Amino acid sequence: MPNLTMIEAVNLAMASEMRRDAEVVVLGEDIGRNGGVFRATLGLLDEFGPDRVIDTPLAETLVAAMAIGLSTQGIKAVAEIQFSGFLYPCVDQVVNHATRYRNRTRGRLTCPMVIRAPNSGGIHAPEHHSESLETTFAHMPGLRVVSPSSPTRAYGLLLAAIRDPDPVIFLEPTRLYRLFKQPVEDTGEALPLDTCFIDREGTDITLVSWGAMMHDTRLVADRLAEEGISAEVVDIATLKPLDMDTILESVAKTGRCVIVSESPRAGGWASEVAANLAEHGLLTLFAPVMRVAGYDTVMPLAKQERVYIPDVDRILREVRKVFDIAPK
Amino acid sequence: MVEPLTIPDTSPGSATTKVASYDIYLTRFLNPDGTLAAEPPAFATDREQARALYELMVRTRLFDKKAVALQRTGQLGTYAAVLGQEAIGVAIGHALKAEDVFIPAYREYAAQFARGVPMVRILQYWGGDERGMDYPAGTPSHHDFPLSVPIATHIPHAIGVAYAMKLRGEKRVVLASCGDGATSKGDWYEAVSAAKVWNLPIVFLVNNNGWAISMPSHRQTGAQTFAQKGLAGGISGEQVDGNDVIATRFVLERAIERARNGEGPSLVEALTYRLHDHTTADDARRYRPEQEVTDAWDRCPVKRYKAYLEARGFWTAADEDALIADGTAIAESTAQEFLKTAPQAPEAIFEHLYERLPKSLEWQRDEVAARGPVGGH
Repeated sequence: MPNLTMIEAVNLAMASEMRRDAEVVVLGEDIGRNGGVFRATLGLLDEFGPDRVIDTPLAETLVAAMAIGLSTQGIKAVAEIQFSGFLYPCVDQVVNHATRYRNRTRGRLTCPMVIRAPNSGGIHAPEHHSESLETTFAHMPGLRVVSPSSPTRAYGLLLAAIRDPDPVIFLEPTRLYRLFKQPVEDTGEALPLDTCFIDREGTDITLVSWGAMMHDTRLVADRLAEEGISAEVVDIATLKPLDMDTILESVAKTGRCVIVSESPRAGGWASEVAANLAEHGLLTLFAPVMRVAGYDTVMPLAKQERVYIPDVDRILREVRKVFDIAPK
Repeated sequence: MVEPLTIPDTSPGSATTKVASYDIYLTRFLNPDGTLAAEPPAFATDREQARALYELMVRTRLFDKKAVALQRTGQLGTYAAVLGQEAIGVAIGHALKAEDVFIPAYREYAAQFARGVPMVRILQYWGGDERGMDYPAGTPSHHDFPLSVPIATHIPHAIGVAYAMKLRGEKRVVLASCGDGATSKGDWYEAVSAAKVWNLPIVFLVNNNGWAISMPSHRQTGAQTFAQKGLAGGISGEQVDGNDVIATRFVLERAIERARNGEGPSLVEALTYRLHDHTTADDARRYRPEQEVTDAWDRCPVKRYKAYLEARGFWTAADEDALIADGTAIAESTAQEFLKTAPQAPEAIFEHLYERLPKSLEWQRDEVAARGPVGGH
C-alpha cells in the first residue's frame, strides 16, 4: 500500500473517481498543465484530457457558477479555488444558487458539485491565502461542509463528496498537505459524510476539532497520555450537517470537553458545538466547555500567523482549566 | 481568440495603427405603426405561424393584467409585470427548440408559457409558493431554469450548462436572458468573457427596457449600446427592435442556429420599454416622466403587430374579440386555480433541502410537523 501525503490522497481520489465515472470533471484556475498551485490535479490533464480537466479563465465567481451549471446537467463538477481567501467571490453563487436549485425547482435541477479549496494558515503564504472559511459556509442551509484531517480521510471523504447528490464545500488544510504520510490504497471506498470520527478513544476528556487543528489536538492527546490522562479525540470532519450525537455520547462518557478551531472565535463552529453541549449535555459535564479558537482579528500575515493559530500550549492551557475545576 | 502575445507591427511611417474595429447593427421589420420596414421572413408570412405569435402576446398581456389586479387586491405578493415587453418572451418561446435550455430572468413569461409552464405556476411563485417553479415533466420547461431574482447571477450558469452540452456532443443551445442593469455586474461579464473561450452554444439576451428600477439605461453604461459589451469577450453583439416580434424572433433564431452549428456565442440586445412599474412594489412616477411612458405606448409591440396582421388579412375584428374573450377567461380561471391552491404542509420546508434530509435535521422537521399549521399566509 503506497504511503501518501494528503495532497497525493486528494489527487488520487479525483483520478480514481474520474476513471470510474466519465461524467466527473475538474475545473479551476491553473489546474491543467500546471497541475494546480498545490499540485492537487497533477497528471489529470494527461490522463483525462482538456475537456474534463478544465482550465478556466481567472474568475472565481465563474468557477463556482460553471460548476453549478454543469452539475444541473448531471455532470459531477469538482471545482478548485486556489486559496480559501478567494472563496468569497463564490459565496453569492453558493448561497443563492448551489444550495437552492434543488429547493427552488422542487428537485428538477440539483447541484451534485464540490468546491475544493485549501484552507487555514501555517505555511507562510501571502496575504489572503491563510483564512479559515468553514464557519462562513457551515451557516448556509442546504450545503455540506467537509474538512479532512489526514490522507486517508482526505481520500475517503473526497470520494464521498464527489458522489454526494448535493453541493459540498471541501476545505483542505494546507499545512497538513505534506506534513505526514499514511498508507492509502485506491479501493474506491468512500468514508461516510455527516458523521464525526472517533480519532482516538479515551475516558477523561473529549477534545473536539477538525481540519488542520486536528494535528495539534492529537499532539495534545499524546502529551496528556504521558501524564496519565486519557483523552478522546473527535474529528468532526463534516461540519455541516453536524453530527452532535457522537460528540454528546463522548462527553457523556468523559464529562469534560475542549473544542479546538482555527477560525475566529466569535460565532464560530466551536461555539455551535458548545451551544449544543450546553443544551443537551450540560448535566453530563463536570466542568464548563472551553473553546480554543483563532482570535477575532484579521488573519495576520506570515510573520505573526503563529500568534493567531491555536497551538499545543493554548490547547493545553484550556485543558488545564477544565481539570482545575473538575480534577480527574 | 487571443493568440499568444505578440505586439503587432505598426503601419510603415506611422506611429499608431488600427488593430481592431467593430460595427453594431439593429434589425427591424415592423415600424412602430405596423408598416413594413423591410420584407419579413417566411414565418411572418405564414398565416398560422403569424397568428400564433400574436395570440401568445395577447394572452400574456391578459395574464399580466390579471396578475397585477390580484396583487392590487391583496391576493398576490409582489409581482414583476411584463407589460410592453411581451414580444421578447414570445420570440424566445418560438425561437428555441424543445431540447434547448432557457435560463430566464423574471419577465419572460410568454417564453415560459410557450415551453409548457402553466400560467398558474407563475402566480404560485409570486404568491410565495415554491411549487410555482415545479415545471411539468414532459414539457421543454421541465429542464429549463426557474425565474432568477438576483440580478445577473444566473447568467454564468449558462457556461456550465452549455459546456455540458458540448462535452456530450449534443447540438443544443442555451439562451440566458437578463435586463440592461444586469450587464453592469461582474457575474455577467465573467460569463460573456468565458463563453467565447470555449466557443459555447449560448445566446445572451439583454432586455433593454430603458430602466433598472429607477435608473435609466444610460446610467448603467457609458457605452453607446449594450450590444457592444459582448465585443470585449470576442462575441458578436447586435441590437434588435424588441417591440417588433418578427425581428426579435428572426434575430434570436439566427443567433440560436449559429450556436447550434458550432459557431459559438452571441449577444442580442432587445430594445423595448417597461410600460409598468419595476414591480408592483415600485412606483415609477417617483423617477420617470409620464410623457415618456405615454410616448412609449406608441411603440407598443401588440398594437404594432396587430396592424401588420390586419394589413396582411390575417386578423379580423371577430378574431380579436374571440381572442380577448378566451384570453380573459383563461386568465380568470388561472386566478381561480391559483387562489384554490392547497397550502403546503409546514414540514414541506424541509423537502428538497437535500436529496435526503440529514439525520441531524430530522428533529427540526418533526417539531414543525408536530406543531401543525401556523398563522399568517
